[in-house]
Amino acid sequence: MQGYYPLFTAIPLAAAFLNLLFSKISKKVADYIAFLACAVLAVMAVRMLFESPFVYKVGGWLPPWGILLVSDGLSSLMLLVVNVISLLVIVYSTKYMTTYTAKEKYYSLFLLMVAGMNGVIITGDMFNLYVFLEIASIASYALVGFGCEKEELEASFKYLILGGVASTAVLFGIAFLYSMTGTLNMPDLAQQIETVGMNRALAFVIALFIMGFGLKASTVPFHAWLPDAHPSAPAPISAMLSGVLIKALGVYTIMRIMFNVIGQNMLVSSILMFLGALSMLVAGLLAVGQSDFKRMLAYSSISQIGYVLIGLGLAIKPGIEVTVAALGLIGSLYHLINHAVFKSLLFLCSGAVEYRTGTRDLGKLGGLIRKMPVTGVTCSIGSLSIAGIPPFNGFWSKLIIILALLKGGYFIYGAIAVLVGFITLVYFVKLQKEVLFGALPKALSHIREAPFAMTLPLVIFAILCIAMGVAYPLVDNQLLQAAKDVLLDKVGFIDLLMGG
Amino acid sequence: MILYFLTLVLFVMGLYCLVAKKNIIKKIIGIVITEYSINLFLILIGYRKGGVAPIILKGMDAGVVAESSVDPLPQALVLTSIVIGLGVLALMVAICLRLYEKYKTFDMSDINKLQG
Repeated sequence: MQGYYPLFTAIPLAAAFLNLLFSKISKKVADYIAFLACAVLAVMAVRMLFESPFVYKVGGWLPPWGILLVSDGLSSLMLLVVNVISLLVIVYSTKYMTTYTAKEKYYSLFLLMVAGMNGVIITGDMFNLYVFLEIASIASYALVGFGCEKEELEASFKYLILGGVASTAVLFGIAFLYSMTGTLNMPDLAQQIETVGMNRALAFVIALFIMGFGLKASTVPFHAWLPDAHPSAPAPISAMLSGVLIKALGVYTIMRIMFNVIGQNMLVSSILMFLGALSMLVAGLLAVGQSDFKRMLAYSSISQIGYVLIGLGLAIKPGIEVTVAALGLIGSLYHLINHAVFKSLLFLCSGAVEYRTGTRDLGKLGGLIRKMPVTGVTCSIGSLSIAGIPPFNGFWSKLIIILALLKGGYFIYGAIAVLVGFITLVYFVKLQKEVLFGALPKALSHIREAPFAMTLPLVIFAILCIAMGVAYPLVDNQLLQAAKDVLLDKVGFIDLLMGG
Repeated sequence: MILYFLTLVLFVMGLYCLVAKKNIIKKIIGIVITEYSINLFLILIGYRKGGVAPIILKGMDAGVVAESSVDPLPQALVLTSIVIGLGVLALMVAICLRLYEKYKTFDMSDINKLQG
């Protein structure tokens, strides 16, 4: 597999190009090319789990001069999440996107976005990370405005401006790092920073990165674009943005750079924990008042990302006990993949509801579980998971994070996490009551279940929600431990440079 | 040192333009100014007073050239970042035109269908 590692970005890039080329001849091929590319990527991502960590040197250039691609437990985990979800979303899109024109352009942008995310995950070079970040971001700006109506364009423009500022901040940070150390290679940078230690320039770099990547991850002071952008996009894209993009571009990059490159740091720890707690609380409270199906889900995304960040902040604190740090990280990573699964499920459900009823307004919906049983049941499984009801996956990850916070002595943050868990339950009960149960409005008496291509991904996601909760030890041993070890072992990351 | 300071001034001017102006064309100009200031900053990092172009010809010793040349890496980075900037600019202008078609205005305070 080692020689094929760059294919994670090459396949979607090539497929995006070929897609436009072949769809000039026949419109039908677009579906198949996109599906095939994503299926191959998903199979490759599953196979990556059985690889031991390695480094791929692009073009045979030796580090620290050449570009490195790094494969370890963390990147394997993220690749699995990104590619499996994009495969399921592509299956869903084949039917859903028939309501839009220019389907082949949609697929090309989608594949570009996947290429960018895979690139961000596999790269071990700072500037390369910026380039892939921009590829994924530009594709997502265009996808948010795909409908070309008033709201979509406005949301897209807002997202573009804020995303542009974030990218500029990230590039500024990278330029600073280069002027400090004279290298862009991540393991080499980690080594240099280890010897230089903390100084004012590094603090400025941290500030720029937290602003830039924090905006991509939509933590609270930087969240203004998300509640507009995610609901305006077509439903499969909302699922990709909320489920995967904010994690690959925001949370993953924060994890990789803060843990592996910069290392344990009190400043980063307190900022991440504060931003996490703020995101959880503010976005959770705002979500309760929403009357739009997708807008409520978007606010809930911000709130759930807060859980992930607070666990990360706990683990990066210097001098913390290794067991507590490990617990916090496991909780964060577990919540990250859980959120990817159930938030994608919920956005796809909202798409299925909109596809049949033509509205997302909670006030105009109701009683849908009788008319659309598959969508209804999967939607309530997703809601219960995210609200943290015991047998489902969301409960366990929230429990682990709260336990880690209490063990680390952060009782106030722990209390906030519990409180937000309750608030989440409140707004998802409201969502279920207004969409799935209650009286069916007269206007909706004729609707049918969504088509098979749309219900199939919903069922698979719902099964994943249950399976990841019930079979937690399996997920834990196979995926999370490896990723956690990578994050806590900065020396091992530096050794990649030497050992190869 | 003064050059670094001037790039920072340029950056802040770009940010001001982005935040304070209502017209979306001006906002786009603001973004472009911030991008250019970062590009200038990158070039300044690699600059060396009196340095030569980092090209190794036949018969030249690589070590000697490296001693006296400017750093070529930031220049390569800037080229990439300019191309990315062009892509973003094209997309921004395209969306801006579509916004004008729908709203008949460039004023951001009139483009307010969404609650924020």
